[in-house]
Amino acid sequence: MRFQVSGFRFQGRLRSALAMVVGVLLSGMLAASAIEPFPFESEVQEKRFRSLAEEIRCTVCQNQSLADSDAPLAQDLRRELFAMLQDGRSDMEIRMFMVDRYGDFVLYRPPLAGHTILLWGGPIVLLLIALGSTVVIVRRRRKAL
Amino acid sequence: MIAEFGQVTLILALVLAVLLATLPLYGAYRGNETLMRLTTSLVIGHFVFLAAAYVALSAAFLNHDFTLSYVALNSNLLLPWYYRLTAVWGGHEGSLLLWMLMLGGWMLAVAAFSRTLPREFVARVLAVMGIVSIGFLLFTLLTSNPFDRVLPGPTDGQDLNPLLQDPGMIVHPPLLYMGYVGFAVAFGFAIAGLLGGKVEREWVRWARPWTLSAWAFLTAGIALGSWWAYYELGWGGWWFWDPVENASFIPWLIGTALLHSQAVTEKRGSFPAWTVLLSIAAFSMSLLGTFLVRSGVLTSVHAFANDPERGLFILIFMAIITGAALLLYALRAPRIMTGPGFDWMSRETMLLINNVFFTVSAAMVLLGTLYPLIVDFMGWGQISVGPPYFGAMFILLMTPIVILLPLGPFTRWKQDEVMRVMRPLVASAAVAIVLGLVISAALGAWSLRAITGWVGGIWVMAGAVAWALRQARSTRSGLALHQWGMTLAHFGVGVFLIGVAMVESMTFERDMRIEPGQTVEAAGYQFTLHEVAQVKGPNWRAEEARFTVHRNDREVARMTPQKRLYHRGGQVMTQVALRPGITRDLYIAMGEELDPASGAWSIRIHVKPFVRWIWGGAALMTLGGLVSASDRRYWRRRRAEARQAEKTAEVPA
Amino acid sequence: MIRMLLPLIVFGGLLVLLVAGLQTAEERKLVQSPLVGKPVPEITLPGLHDPETTRSTADLHGHPYILNVWGSWCWACRVEHPYIDRLGREAGVPLVGFNWKDEREEALAWLDRFGDSWHFHLVDFEGRAAIDLGVYGAPETYLVDHRGVIQHKHIGPIDATVFEDLMRRVMQMRAEAES
Repeated sequence: MRFQVSGFRFQGRLRSALAMVVGVLLSGMLAASAIEPFPFESEVQEKRFRSLAEEIRCTVCQNQSLADSDAPLAQDLRRELFAMLQDGRSDMEIRMFMVDRYGDFVLYRPPLAGHTILLWGGPIVLLLIALGSTVVIVRRRRKAL
Repeated sequence: MIAEFGQVTLILALVLAVLLATLPLYGAYRGNETLMRLTTSLVIGHFVFLAAAYVALSAAFLNHDFTLSYVALNSNLLLPWYYRLTAVWGGHEGSLLLWMLMLGGWMLAVAAFSRTLPREFVARVLAVMGIVSIGFLLFTLLTSNPFDRVLPGPTDGQDLNPLLQDPGMIVHPPLLYMGYVGFAVAFGFAIAGLLGGKVEREWVRWARPWTLSAWAFLTAGIALGSWWAYYELGWGGWWFWDPVENASFIPWLIGTALLHSQAVTEKRGSFPAWTVLLSIAAFSMSLLGTFLVRSGVLTSVHAFANDPERGLFILIFMAIITGAALLLYALRAPRIMTGPGFDWMSRETMLLINNVFFTVSAAMVLLGTLYPLIVDFMGWGQISVGPPYFGAMFILLMTPIVILLPLGPFTRWKQDEVMRVMRPLVASAAVAIVLGLVISAALGAWSLRAITGWVGGIWVMAGAVAWALRQARSTRSGLALHQWGMTLAHFGVGVFLIGVAMVESMTFERDMRIEPGQTVEAAGYQFTLHEVAQVKGPNWRAEEARFTVHRNDREVARMTPQKRLYHRGGQVMTQVALRPGITRDLYIAMGEELDPASGAWSIRIHVKPFVRWIWGGAALMTLGGLVSASDRRYWRRRRAEARQAEKTAEVPA
Repeated sequence: MIRMLLPLIVFGGLLVLLVAGLQTAEERKLVQSPLVGKPVPEITLPGLHDPETTRSTADLHGHPYILNVWGSWCWACRVEHPYIDRLGREAGVPLVGFNWKDEREEALAWLDRFGDSWHFHLVDFEGRAAIDLGVYGAPETYLVDHRGVIQHKHIGPIDATVFEDLMRRVMQMRAEAES
């Protein structure tokens, strides 16, 4: 398996580096973070670009967003993202574009759906239970006053 | 030779750890004084052997002993001596050795500072820590031995990851491990308390300074990691909610809850079982963090070499330690409500609410971190959980904490009046709102996040100051050290809050193309690139861009970001140029050369407002924790109690 | 009693999850494509040997085929090449090359050196079409059936076991196409 992972283009380039760094493996971070000037039309567009690029996960990287990754695929996807913004596509359309091709995995903000109910609702339910227990505890302890 | 010496001392440390885990425990059980008296010497021996092993590994690094594969993989002939010393913990095996050395150190400190505590109790605490040490020593010797030799060794080694060749990285792991391992002390105290049975309240008081110091180290470790990532990785972020970051943050959140629940249990005797549970949880989460970082179970930006076998070992170890602790908890934890009752409006309720939000936050971070595993386990596909989830949830869960924080210290134990608590804080609230709005206006920071950050931050800071002032006036002797500690830490929360709000809402960040001689404008600053030159370092060469930065026609900074190529390994690294400031950081990172003809480069410029406040706030929290821990109150009372105990012991005799 | 055992029970659940997670750690590193089971996107690209003629996945409709993503820069592609060679000769269905983010001279030189048993190649130097296909690394191998649906996607180099598996799946697709 390790064999295969090194085959990806991005890591292929860093193969020699990877071989060395057996200790702390910071493969993705070795490269400079993706610095690429795009000719944005407006600041609004630039902001949208950045927030989308930060929310979309680079599929080949360890755990980096499109905004942070220097992988060639991430570069392609950033270019695509910019082109879609120029086309006037909405944020939702752009997210769907990515999900259609790479699955839910690319979204750092998991969509609210059946399989993420526990993720989004879990902490809220837990909080309610905890607050409920607090009420019960305080009521009981008031009697001991 | 020296490596074999290290190997032997590690095995001897294991032998002593086994003795430590058994003899004093048995002695405490049978009331055998002789066996319990052995504890101190065993702890000293255990530490000395660990230290010897550590020194042996350091010597191997200094002497370029590349026959040790760990040395060969993490250093080379060109590496300066100070980085060779820090390379000892640059990889998995050596960092484990550091982990154990610190555990040994904490045990030594417990043995040294707990002479006034009942001997049985100390014997139990150190025996429990000895068990923890056995686990890690076995882990090292069986799966991750730093003294493994490969003969014949290479003539030169590889390289320490260039990212780790940095002063920030020298201190980050030791501090973090100090925190992680420090929670083993609180864990040991809790387990000893359970084993002893009758002492429910006392052990909490004894455990407090240890928990406070562990928490302070963890705070500092996390903050340093964040600071290091900020200036070293070149993307200007300070927190990414990566699994490895979360692995350190979960114990921190639990630890914070623990500090506050210890206060209630110590002062009022309430919630002893809960405090025990949190003590177990804080250390278990440290173990879980170790597992997450070293097993490769989750995909992370900064993970150690992945090895599922090592992962399984830690998991089994964790199952034994935490499983046994929780079983003991189920059997022995005090089940009755102890301590006097309290009312809705009381310090007890306030601290209970604090615990609710901190533990639920910890659970949320844990859930989010492991959710991709859950989804996979259930066969629901693949998902990612990232900053948008954690950020939103965390803000939601921490808002009540920020609102209530200043009220906490003002609230009396047992029973209080809402109005009485609020009255001294009216001024703070007014100051927060007015000053918050004025500052936001002055900075042009008209976003909801910035304004709430300022108002909330000033509210917390002003509340802390108001409490300290009132306390100082009402007592002649002024604030006690633990009160100073609390004030500092709470004030730090406010500072941190402002930093986060400003960075998240007002950061200027842009990728640009720039040629030598050209000037670009960024957030009111003019950045001029003069030239891109070739420079050389001890084990790298680099292209260096030379910038001057002007504001209102005045030069404010000269900045020289670099793009480095390390000779060994050929890693390319961006070395960002940073001009720190109290109200803003200027930050330049180099991208690629775009056009060799004109010499144009792509660069990224950040102007980060108040970013230092993030780490400044964390530094105040750390300081607060340490100041609090050093309060003589904990030690003095112990002595008094020891005398008391002696007296009562003498009576029947 | 149950209440006191609750932390232990929760911890037990956590352990089960982590043990299971450890088993699947390697698999989870590969991102499953949502396109498996869906019609292959229509991709029209120029050929490698014949840059003037463009070919489309639509032309292949009605027959099962294999689509293999490769590049001369891709080190693992060289590793899987012997099996690709065999697939081209033995599978009995067209083996289409998808030359990704490469350069023409280098790609042609690579084929000269290692052998070319693909039936033809599409070239995507820009990497635009690869996004539609959900490619995220090379090599990748797609099996498309006669209805034009992606039946299977293998990520990474082909080895002996994967080769057997792919052959079995190809035979199945052929049998389906014939019936």
